[in-house]
Amino acid sequence: MKEIKIKIKDLTLHYGQKLALNNICLEIPDRRVTALIGPSGCGKSTFLRTLNRMNDLIPSARISGEVLIDELNIYDRNIDVVNLRKRVGMVFQKSNPFSKSIYENVAYGPRINGINERKVLDEIVETSLKRAAIWNEVKDRLRDSALGLSGGQQQRLCIARTLSVNPDVILMDEPASALDPLSTSKIEELIHQLKEQYTIVIVTHNMQQAARVSDYTAFFYLGELIEFGKTKTIFTNPTIKQTEDYITGRFG
Amino acid sequence: MAENTRFTAESLKKKFRLSEFLAEKFITGIAFLSITIIVLIFVFVFREAIPLFRTGKAKEVAVKEQVTKINEGLKPESYGDTVNQASPVVVTNKPAPQAYDEDVIRQVENKKALKTLNTATWQPVSDNPRYGLWSLFFGTLKVTLIAILIAAPLGILAALFTSAFAPTWLREILKPAIELLAGFPSVVIGFFALMVMASFFQDLFGYASRLNAFVGGVAMSLAAIPIIYTITEDALSSVPATYKEASLALGANHWQTAFFVTLPAATPGIFASILLGTGRVFGETMIALMATGNAALLSANPFESVRTLAATIGAEMAEVVYGDTHYSVLFLIGALLFIFSFGMNALAEFYIKGRLMKRFMGR
Amino acid sequence: MMKTFTKIKGALIIGITGLSVMVILGIIAIILVVVIIGGKSQFSWEFLTSFPQDGMTKGGIFPAIYGTVLLVLIMSVAAVPFGTITALYLTEYAKENSWIAKTIRFAIRTLAVVPSIIFGLFGLGFFIKFVGAGMDNAFLGGRLVWGQPNILWASLTMSLLTLPVVIVSVEESMKTVPRELREASLALGATKWQTIRKVVLPGSVSGILTGSILAVGRGAGEVAPLLFTGAAYYLATLPSTLHDQFMVLGYHIYIMSTQSANVDQTLPIQFATTLVLLLLTFILNLIGVVLRSQIRRKQK
Repeated sequence: MKEIKIKIKDLTLHYGQKLALNNICLEIPDRRVTALIGPSGCGKSTFLRTLNRMNDLIPSARISGEVLIDELNIYDRNIDVVNLRKRVGMVFQKSNPFSKSIYENVAYGPRINGINERKVLDEIVETSLKRAAIWNEVKDRLRDSALGLSGGQQQRLCIARTLSVNPDVILMDEPASALDPLSTSKIEELIHQLKEQYTIVIVTHNMQQAARVSDYTAFFYLGELIEFGKTKTIFTNPTIKQTEDYITGRFG
Repeated sequence: MAENTRFTAESLKKKFRLSEFLAEKFITGIAFLSITIIVLIFVFVFREAIPLFRTGKAKEVAVKEQVTKINEGLKPESYGDTVNQASPVVVTNKPAPQAYDEDVIRQVENKKALKTLNTATWQPVSDNPRYGLWSLFFGTLKVTLIAILIAAPLGILAALFTSAFAPTWLREILKPAIELLAGFPSVVIGFFALMVMASFFQDLFGYASRLNAFVGGVAMSLAAIPIIYTITEDALSSVPATYKEASLALGANHWQTAFFVTLPAATPGIFASILLGTGRVFGETMIALMATGNAALLSANPFESVRTLAATIGAEMAEVVYGDTHYSVLFLIGALLFIFSFGMNALAEFYIKGRLMKRFMGR
Repeated sequence: MMKTFTKIKGALIIGITGLSVMVILGIIAIILVVVIIGGKSQFSWEFLTSFPQDGMTKGGIFPAIYGTVLLVLIMSVAAVPFGTITALYLTEYAKENSWIAKTIRFAIRTLAVVPSIIFGLFGLGFFIKFVGAGMDNAFLGGRLVWGQPNILWASLTMSLLTLPVVIVSVEESMKTVPRELREASLALGATKWQTIRKVVLPGSVSGILTGSILAVGRGAGEVAPLLFTGAAYYLATLPSTLHDQFMVLGYHIYIMSTQSANVDQTLPIQFATTLVLLLLTFILNLIGVVLRSQIRRKQK
């Protein structure tokens, strides 16, 4: 019934001499939310960034193994990283809008793809903002600077920006970690809506959040994938002791 | 809306982006320009100095002149050897010309000039020009020494005050204020030295020549102070806080920590700052031209006029004939200055990088 | 007993270091005050806008101001783009520890410490005698046009001297563009060049501006590189082509104070000219330093 969107095979990553990810094997289902949990420094963010090859930007990172999206290895030599990133969007921990207007922030993606027609841009901006559930709050001030928005609004704007290029997969790196509870619940609600259309992988250190938003959960510890399964199972009946210890708050 | 299109090898095939490729190549190419400039400076300053060492024809001339003398009747009684006679015979086949072409004259001059380089007399414009570099060299050294003796203590102590004793608000004002001195054009400092300082010091010390090495040195210290100050201040503030904390924890007070811990830890940076200050003063032209008196005297007295290497180039280059011996000698001086400043910079970098690393990394 | 002794030593050290600061600031103040007082009487709108008269013993310094402005303009046109692009390479393309980046950085620092007179020699040997004379021979059949000192060669010589100033400022400000913004752009599928154009460059406008201002401040005050690359003692007309010679403020001060026949008579003119140059460079540097400290604050 569930389709596999991303298949990770024997993924190992070194930063210089340091082993950051050790032999990760994982299958991420299509149009579901998969949460990556674990104590900080466990490699969950690093893992997330291998999925759209953001780690390519770090010169000391060496990688081996395969990441297959729809059976296509994105680390193949013939893969165009730029186009890959258009298909695998990313939302960062710290909201990072450009110091441009709200409109231009969302229009950035389409513009770099060569879309300059006013009408088309207007439409993309509107649908993206609507899908990110922020349209009603900003529709009257699209020309204002994005930096004038609140933290939660900025983060939803960044989600809208990601949606504007129509990705298949959305990676979220602790998207709500810097936000107040109200903004967090808005983001979580949004994630719930988005999984209808997108495959979402979310890193979080907040276990309640993982339990609330995700369908599947992967537990990382010291660069290794300890356990992966349905969120319900992981949280109620983990098979491995370390997972249980972490979830019950005994360490981390 | 988003029809989940599948990832296919086709849609993600590696693309060649021409603008991307061109941008990278263009930017990289331009970046290499700075290296190219350094190399070009090296090449072109030396290129103009090198003709000075072309003296091959001068030898020929000397031989010819000898031959002429021989032909004029000086009996070569002592030249019994056949080998020695062979070469004059070859030359005498051509009639010895009365006037040599320009190139030959130049080479004769070059040869004479080269012989005089290692003397103390700088008299480039005379019937018998002499290009002795020693007085210029010692003059430069004298001015540099005076300048650094003034600039180094002032700059270092001021930097220590700024980084160790001044409250943050004062530091925010002091740093840019002293850095402003670096923005004073050297011609302005030179003018100030010439018009104000020179008379002031003459009244104070009562020496004979109004413009001298001391006035020039003091003026040049104004150019060196901001360099020494800024680099020392950077070195002092980059001493790890743990050093200071450890010292304070051991019961040392504020000034003891600053003087016995921070200052020694920053020695490599301070040393580098002095090197760079020295390089600046050594090659300073306008202040030297305006404040040192420009007389090429060889003397240890700081109140005598001097002529520095850089000032010599500045004063004489505009008046020489392009390509003649004097022109080449000036470029030779330039080449020496260039090598000197290049070496100073390399040494300073070596000190900052090498020593600081060792000190703070414990390697 | 021991304690008071330590206290006295402490006060002494703070006193001496503080005194050094005061001496330096005092010198700066004295120079400013002396030049202002000396040049005040002569300083007027007319002085700034009229030509020298009676063998430069009367009149204004307009040609020198005009020449200085022209010089720094041509200089900036060359130095700012090249400096910005080099900074781009160093921040965006070069691998931090590659030998290429290290060599370029070393070259830039060397360029910054080479004595300015050497640039003058280089300008003479390269621009005038090699490029200029070469152009004359190739295109003008040996007619002497470019193979002699002029404002173009002087400006280009000056641009080499100010290149490091631009590079350092621009690089500093490019580093303040947050990594997160670059990543956001790349994660949207922007290429590196698109990211540079749309995120990095707009974010470093202030640095490019600062670098340009500091470079102009530096270039306006330097005289040594101009001594034999194009500065003229006196010209009755303003330079109208790139192969004309020109008058320039710094050189004017030097000539008037050391080479003119009646130094004493023209003293007010000299002071006023110095005042103009000092004000010009002082204001430019002040703006540059303030802008730079703002960039540095952002960096932290």
